[in-house]
Amino acid sequence: MPAPVSQAVNDSLATLSDQLILITVLLYLAAMICYALDLAFGRARTVVAARRRELVGAGGPAVPGDAPAGDVTDATPDSGPQPAAWAVRAGTVGVVLTWIGWAGNLGGILTRGIAVDRWPWANMYEFVVAICFAAVTAFLALLIRQPIRFLGAFVTVTAALGLGFAVLFLHVQAGPVMPALHSYWIAIHVTAAIVASGLFILAGVCAILYLIRKDGRPSVLPSREGLERVAHRAIVISFPIWTFAVIAGALWADRAWGRYWGWDPKEVWAFVTWVVYAAYLHARATAGWRGKAAMIISLVAFGCLLFNLVGVNIFFSGLHSYADVPK
Amino acid sequence: MSAPDDLASAVQEESALQEKERTKPVGLGPVGWLRWFWRTLTSMRTALILLFLFALGSVPGSVYPQRGVDPARVAQYFKDNPAQAKWLDRFWLFDVFSSPWFAAIYLLLFVSLAGCVFPRALVHIKEMRRRPPAAPRNLLRLPHGETFEGRLTLEQAAAALRRRRFRVAVGDGWVAAEKGYLRETGNLLFHVALLVLLFAVGAGGLYGYRGNVLVVEGDGFSNAVAAYDRFMPGNRVTAESLEPFSFTLKDFQASYVAAGDKQGQPLDYLAKLAVQDSPTATPREVDLKVNDPLDVNGTLTYLIGHGYAPTFRVTDGKGQVAYDGPVPCLADDQATYTSECVIKVPDAQPTQLGFLARFLPTTVPAGNAWVSVFPGAANPTVQVFPFGGDLGLKSGQPQSVYQLDTTNLKPLGTMSAQPTPLNLGETKELADGAGKIQFTGVKEWISLQITYDPGREPALLAAAAAVIGLVLSLTIRRRRVWVRVKDGTVTVGGLTRTEGGGAAFAEEFAQIVTALRGGPPTGDPPTGNAAPGGRPDEE
Repeated sequence: MPAPVSQAVNDSLATLSDQLILITVLLYLAAMICYALDLAFGRARTVVAARRRELVGAGGPAVPGDAPAGDVTDATPDSGPQPAAWAVRAGTVGVVLTWIGWAGNLGGILTRGIAVDRWPWANMYEFVVAICFAAVTAFLALLIRQPIRFLGAFVTVTAALGLGFAVLFLHVQAGPVMPALHSYWIAIHVTAAIVASGLFILAGVCAILYLIRKDGRPSVLPSREGLERVAHRAIVISFPIWTFAVIAGALWADRAWGRYWGWDPKEVWAFVTWVVYAAYLHARATAGWRGKAAMIISLVAFGCLLFNLVGVNIFFSGLHSYADVPK
Repeated sequence: MSAPDDLASAVQEESALQEKERTKPVGLGPVGWLRWFWRTLTSMRTALILLFLFALGSVPGSVYPQRGVDPARVAQYFKDNPAQAKWLDRFWLFDVFSSPWFAAIYLLLFVSLAGCVFPRALVHIKEMRRRPPAAPRNLLRLPHGETFEGRLTLEQAAAALRRRRFRVAVGDGWVAAEKGYLRETGNLLFHVALLVLLFAVGAGGLYGYRGNVLVVEGDGFSNAVAAYDRFMPGNRVTAESLEPFSFTLKDFQASYVAAGDKQGQPLDYLAKLAVQDSPTATPREVDLKVNDPLDVNGTLTYLIGHGYAPTFRVTDGKGQVAYDGPVPCLADDQATYTSECVIKVPDAQPTQLGFLARFLPTTVPAGNAWVSVFPGAANPTVQVFPFGGDLGLKSGQPQSVYQLDTTNLKPLGTMSAQPTPLNLGETKELADGAGKIQFTGVKEWISLQITYDPGREPALLAAAAAVIGLVLSLTIRRRRVWVRVKDGTVTVGGLTRTEGGGAAFAEEFAQIVTALRGGPPTGDPPTGNAAPGGRPDEE
C-alpha cells in the first residue's frame, strides 16, 4: 500500500532565496541604468581604427572592476569633447553592481537548492533563474578579457526582465520534484542546457545590436564587425555545449523513457535549434551569406531556443512536462 | 550502387562529349546535367537550404500528435476534426518522422554531406602527407611579421618550432612550419560521425523492437509477442529473436507528498519484481524504478506508468460467480488519482453485465457527492454504475477494454451521478434481480515499456565522436610560421588560416619570436612591424 510520506523543505531558506532573487532584479536594473548613463554621456566612437586599438589594449590581464578602463582612456581625440568623468564612473559602478547582482543571483540559486536538497533547476521558475544567471556569468567572464562593457546595459536588462518574468509568472513554492527527475542526469543535461542558453542569450543580444547598428555613423556601440565577432565567439563556445546537452538528454531519455530519441516536442525543438545554429556556422563560412544573413540566421536559431524554453511548455503536451508552471 | 563504374563511364563519356562540344556549342547533355546536379547538391548553399528544410520539416512533428509517440491523441484528433485529419494524414503529418518527404530531406542532406566530406577527406589526407609549403618571399608582408639580428641557425629554429609541436620543413635558408591539422580532422570526424549516427539509428529501427504491457500486482509477464498489449517490431525482428525472460510483479509502491502546497505530488515509485533471465534460471529480486530500468542481456524494461486495479466479484442473476478479479482503471486526475474503470462480464446470465465505476483512492464526502483528495489509497471506495444487455463483443469489431459500448445496454435501476460509494468488502445488489457486485480489494498496476535497440551503443559512440570532432574543429586554429635567416638577420612571419583566430595567434606568434630570440641574446631592438595585432589582420 502506498504510504504517504513528506519531504522536508527548509522554508526560511526558501524565503531567503526568493528575497535574494528580488534583490538581484533590482541590482541588475540599477546596473543597467549605470551602463546606460555611460553609453549616453560617455563618448561616441566614430573611427573603426580607434576601436581596434582598444580591442588589443584589453588583451592584457585586468581586474574585473576596471577592465574596460583602457577602453575609455582610448577615446579617439577626433570624436568630439572629452566624456564627462562621472559618466565613465557610472559605467564602472555598473560593472560593480552587476558583480553584486551576480552574487545575489548565485546566492538565490544556492539557497533554493539547499532548501529543497536537490539540484535547483527542476521547474520552469528555477530554470529561467538559472539561465539568467548563466547569461550574466557569460557576460562577466568575457568582460574580464574583452572590451564588451557596451553590452552591459543590454545583458542586465535582459537578465532583469527574465528574472522579473520568472518571479511574476513562473514562481512556485520550493518543493520536491517528480520521480522522473530523480537522476544524476539532471545535473549533467540541464546544467549544459543552462550554460549553452546563457551564452546563446549573449550572442542573441549582439545579433540584435548588429541589426540596429548602422556602420559609418557615430555610435556608442562598436562596429558591426566587432558585434559580429562577439556573437560568433559566444556561439562557437555554446554550440558544442548545446550539442552535448542534447546528447546528455538522449542518454537520460534512454534511462528514463526507454528510447534515446522519440521526437517529443521538446526534443523536436532542441533539434530544430541545433540545426539552425549549425546552419549559422555554415552560413558564416559561405560566401554570400556572411554578415547580415548569418546574423539573421543566428537570431532565428535564438528564437527557436526561446520557443523551446517557453512555447513548448505552454503550447504542447509532452514528456518534458515538468515545467510546473502555476495555472 | 555501382558508383565506380558509373564514374568511369562518366569520365569516358565526358571526354567524348568534349570532342563533340566543338561542333555542338549549346546544351549541357545528360552527363553535364548530372555533373551540374551533383555540384549543386554538394554545394554549401544547397546544404544550407536542406538544413533549413530539415529544421522546418520537423516543426509539424511537434505541432500535430504523432502516431509513433501518442497514437491515442492521433485517434482523438481524427474524432474531433475528421475532415482536417484526413488531409493532414495525406501529407503524413501524423507520421512526420517516418514520412517520405522527411526522409527525402534528410537523405538528400546526407548525400550532400557525403559528397562534400569525402573529397575533403582525400584533400586533407594529401595535405597531411605534404611538407609545409616553402616560405614566401617577403615574410614581413604576412599578417604577423618580425625581424631581428641574431645568430640563430636554421636547425635551432626548426628545433624550437618542433618543440612547439609544429610540423617542420627546412629549405634553402628558410624553415617552414605548420600546425593545427586537427581542425580539419575534427571537422571531418564530426560530419562522418553524423553519417554513422544516421546508420545506427536506422539499424536500431530495423533490428530492434519496442512494446508496452500493463501488469497487475501478482501477475506476470514473459517476453513473447503475444504477451504484449502493443508491440512495434522493426522489419528484421522475428518472434524467436525476443530475449526469453519473464517476471512477476510482486508489489508496487508509490509515495506522495502528504501535506502542504504540493500535496499529492508523487515522490517515488518502486516495483518489486521476481525476474527469471531464462525459463530455467532461478528467480532474482529486482527493484524496478523510474530512471533505473531492468536490463536482461540488452533488452530493457522501463517503468513508465501506474494506476489502480480494484478487484471485484460479480455474481450473476443465476447466482454464479461470473467475474472475480482485478480491473485496471485509468486515472482521470493525476492529483487525486480519481480513476475510471470499466468492468465487462460477458459470461453473466441471463443477460450480459457491464459496469462503469469510479475509483476514489482517498474518499471524502463533499455535500451530496464524494471526491478523492489524495492519490494514495488511504480510504478507497468505488462508485458503481451497472448496465445490463448486450456488450457488443460478438460484432467482431475490436473494442477497447477501457470503454463500454452502451448502444445495446440499459442502466440497471435509477442512474444517479453520485451513487453511494462501496467501501472495501461491501456488496451492491443489482436491480431487476440481475445479480450483485462486491468490491473485494485494491491492487495496483504498472505499465512497462520493453525495448531492444541494437543501435544504441553505436549511436552513442557516434554522438561522442561528433562532439569531440566539433570541439576540435571549433577550437583549433590552423597556422603557419616561417623563419628565414640571412647574414645574421632573422625574419619570422606567420599567419593563421582560420579566420577569427588572429588575436590568440598574435600572442602565440609573439611567444615564438621570443623563444627564437632567446637563444643568443642580441640586445638589438626589434625592427619592422613588431607590434602584433597592430596591423589590420582578420581579427
